[in-house]
Amino acid sequence: MGARRMLMTVTAVWAAALTAPACGGKGGGAGDGAIIKIDGSSTVYPITEAVAEEYQKAGGARVTIGVSGTGGGFKKFCGGETAITGASRPIKPSEVKACEAAGVQYVELPVAYDGIAVVVHKDNAFVDHLTVDELKKMWAPEAQKTVATWSQIRDGFPATELHLFGPGVDSGTYDYFTKAIVGTEHSSRGDYTSSEDDNVLVQGVSRDAGALGFFGFAYYAENQDKLKIVPIKSGDGAPVVPSVETVANGTYQPLSRPIFIYVNVAEAKRPEVAAFIDYWNEHGGKLAAEVGYIALPDKAKALVAKRFAARTPGSVFEGKGATVGVSVEDLLGRE
Amino acid sequence: MSTSSVDIKRRGRNLGERAFIALSLVAIAIPLLILVGLVANTLVDALGRIDWDFLVGYPSRRASAAGIFPALIGSLWLIGLTALIALPLGVGAALWLEEYGGKSRLAGFIEVNIANLAGVPSIIYGLLGLGLFVRFLDLGRSVLAGALTLSLLVMPIVIMATREALRTVPGHLREAAAALGATRWQVIRQVVLPMALPGVLTGAILAISRAIGETAPLIVVGALTYMTFLPADPGDPFTALPIQIYNWVSRPQEAFLVNAAAGIMVLLVTMLTLNSVAVLLRNRLQRRTR
Repeated sequence: MGARRMLMTVTAVWAAALTAPACGGKGGGAGDGAIIKIDGSSTVYPITEAVAEEYQKAGGARVTIGVSGTGGGFKKFCGGETAITGASRPIKPSEVKACEAAGVQYVELPVAYDGIAVVVHKDNAFVDHLTVDELKKMWAPEAQKTVATWSQIRDGFPATELHLFGPGVDSGTYDYFTKAIVGTEHSSRGDYTSSEDDNVLVQGVSRDAGALGFFGFAYYAENQDKLKIVPIKSGDGAPVVPSVETVANGTYQPLSRPIFIYVNVAEAKRPEVAAFIDYWNEHGGKLAAEVGYIALPDKAKALVAKRFAARTPGSVFEGKGATVGVSVEDLLGRE
Repeated sequence: MSTSSVDIKRRGRNLGERAFIALSLVAIAIPLLILVGLVANTLVDALGRIDWDFLVGYPSRRASAAGIFPALIGSLWLIGLTALIALPLGVGAALWLEEYGGKSRLAGFIEVNIANLAGVPSIIYGLLGLGLFVRFLDLGRSVLAGALTLSLLVMPIVIMATREALRTVPGHLREAAAALGATRWQVIRQVVLPMALPGVLTGAILAISRAIGETAPLIVVGALTYMTFLPADPGDPFTALPIQIYNWVSRPQEAFLVNAAAGIMVLLVTMLTLNSVAVLLRNRLQRRTR
């Protein structure tokens, strides 16, 4: 093919390709009506993926899932773009306002528990447990550049340098941890190693003798040989190690939290969306456990199903954001 | 030209030159070795995982059942549309700047802007695409909106490569064609553009390589992570290879990391295949125009 002929061919193909979509119009192929659109938190994603997979295998409608984070997910959700959004923390006041302004009503459904694991290097011999106050001493904004060795945390700890690892400030896990430990959501020292990818944190802590880090329980469960888990002591109680039991029965405090989905009430009128949520309520617990989360106890599960059946709108957190140390039964039973 | 280079070679090399050559070799060897090491490492992880089921499979919570089909097809859609949009526009812009624009103030202004655009972080293009294509032009979170965004992203690369190529066409050929009575358009179409085409294809290779690896702007535009059907027209939702890889890399289970390695190999092979088409075309054209 000569250069000139090739030029002509390219021009012809180009013209044809650019006029084609104009005739087809947008969304022609997939038929938007039959798709359940979901977005939101990367923490909730593995559960959503598992439920969608099984729901579709059981003959359900098409599901699409995006991962733009809890905040990004709420932006799309309150803009009416998605039917369901996953959230690793409750809806915030600003997001409540955005949804109200757009006339989007929603049902808030807890879908599982996630424990936040606090870990140190596996050869760390001196940390047997840590109290919430000691964690606060490390992570508070005032600790920046002043708290630099383990000996400053507790008398008797060696003068080993303290290196902190945690998720980035955009993550729901960070929001919850700061609320539970420091006391103020989204407030901590800035001089810690942060990564959006929890596997990077696992690597970091496993290679640094003076390290301490926190991330979702599933990442500890998959890397138990590389890390040492720290039991957490809250108030006068005994130190508790996070496990499926201690997270589900609420004794691992304050670092276990429910994770949520929010369902658009108008979208829930579509039979395929309602069928999807019903399927989730029925099979979601087993699937959540399979992908590394802790299923809700039966009592909580029944309350969640009741809440969706009644389409109870709004958030039990009244838009206050992360709330520490509450169980799903308490939250939903209160109403 | 060939005789003078022989002359230079014959002259004895001094110590400084030898040291410089050695240094240059080390400079090229280090990144190459690191690259080979990384690719080999990934390949070892990926080999056991890549099979037909992986290529034509859909996402799954079970790493061993998960496949990459929607992401692979989505990436091909994106690259195809991006090439269709960015190459003609980029080549056209370069032609105007080199052949028509001359030294006008407008041309200078555009030139400065193109140089600046090449340095803008890719997520900014994503935000622009979200505002302009997804919202304002109401294309939705579609594969077309994604391709238009990537087109903007690679346009400066295409324009700069094309301009370089146009400059290598000797001026006397233009003058000769003009002396034979050719109009400016005839000169460009029949002399300049065919001779510059190999250089333009180099620009295409660079543009494709850049576009196929982009993640951030696609996430902003609204690429999905989970879909169990394929985009059938440019208005459909989409996912892409880098997004699937990123999703797998950040999962806690080791088996998903193996999937990510396999995904990376699929991405590399796709990119090399697309590029080798451009390289083959370029080599044929180069032989012809010499």
